[in-house]
Amino acid sequence: MNIYLLILGMGIVTYLPRLLPMVLTQGMAFPKWLTEWLGFVPYAVLGALIFPGILQVDAAHPWIGVVGGGFAAGIALIQHNVIFVVVGGIVAVFLLQQVV
Amino acid sequence: MEALTQKNVANIGYSKAAVFRKGCMAGFPIAIGYIPIAITFGVIASAQGGLTLWEATFMSLWVYAGASQYISIQLLHAGSSTVEIILATFILNLRHFLMSTTLSHFLRPSRKTGALLSFGITDETFVVATTTEGSNAELSTFGDSSSNDAIANGAFFRSPLFFGGIALVSYSSWVLGTAAGILFSNLIPASLQSSMGISLYALFIGLLVPSVRKSVRTAIIAFISAGLAWMLSQWLAMGWSIVLATIIASTIGFIGNRLQPNSERGESL
Repeated sequence: MNIYLLILGMGIVTYLPRLLPMVLTQGMAFPKWLTEWLGFVPYAVLGALIFPGILQVDAAHPWIGVVGGGFAAGIALIQHNVIFVVVGGIVAVFLLQQVV
Repeated sequence: MEALTQKNVANIGYSKAAVFRKGCMAGFPIAIGYIPIAITFGVIASAQGGLTLWEATFMSLWVYAGASQYISIQLLHAGSSTVEIILATFILNLRHFLMSTTLSHFLRPSRKTGALLSFGITDETFVVATTTEGSNAELSTFGDSSSNDAIANGAFFRSPLFFGGIALVSYSSWVLGTAAGILFSNLIPASLQSSMGISLYALFIGLLVPSVRKSVRTAIIAFISAGLAWMLSQWLAMGWSIVLATIIASTIGFIGNRLQPNSERGESL
């Protein structure tokens, strides 16, 4: 298989969904209910992205992902810097994996 | 729209450069969060996928979508065909269509600007762009009005330049991090490499928690969406589960909001 052809294909199918709404909806007046509905999308998307994906962090022990995520959430609650959330999550998972 | 206060007047004075700079600063946490994820990608691309430095960097450069890049490596490792991998990528990244629709309404860029900026739409840049401090309260009052009006009234976060800053900083970090991951993978012990898999989710959690603190409504929608995604993933591919869960949960949020008496209605975007 030609990796570069694969990547090219992956890139095209990824770029198109990003591109089309941006360039096709210009000049379109969005009805108020659509604006309202779209406003909920960011939070809905985040929920769906986090779970159940986080269960795959350690496929053999799904709870490790959940506990690690919980720890990350805890860090996010007490301070605003995302880097600590990410590092904290990695540390938590690392420690949990040593224990298992 | 709120009356012109001393604070608003100061906002209105932002130059284009200042707005772009603000965007770069807003993108900085994403860039930091991307570093372990991109490095992890570089590591597994090389170790599991057998990709070279150029191949992995090219993927991050041209695809620029973490979750699907990760999955493509796993599929390559499992011997999937080119068509299968491209299809999986497409489905997994379909959610960007929803984000682009929301963002195009939010920014209202020109066609050319939109074509360029849309390349930088990722889960993280989208969320940061649309949940920046103050945007929830501001936007509901603008609704369908042009972003130029909004910007003239101090809502710098609706400027395409603001998103441009976020996108540029995030993208650079992703590509450079990937290269670093390939180059330095042998310096990272295997045990640490395996725990780095949580990076992507930790970043999402880091982005979700501040919004959730401000509004219980947000938490409920995210929670419902997560539950739906979980259920749907029993039958559907991950990409479809995410898209459907998002659509259904957003609709539930919308209906719930409409059912509230006017005085209690929350602000969505």
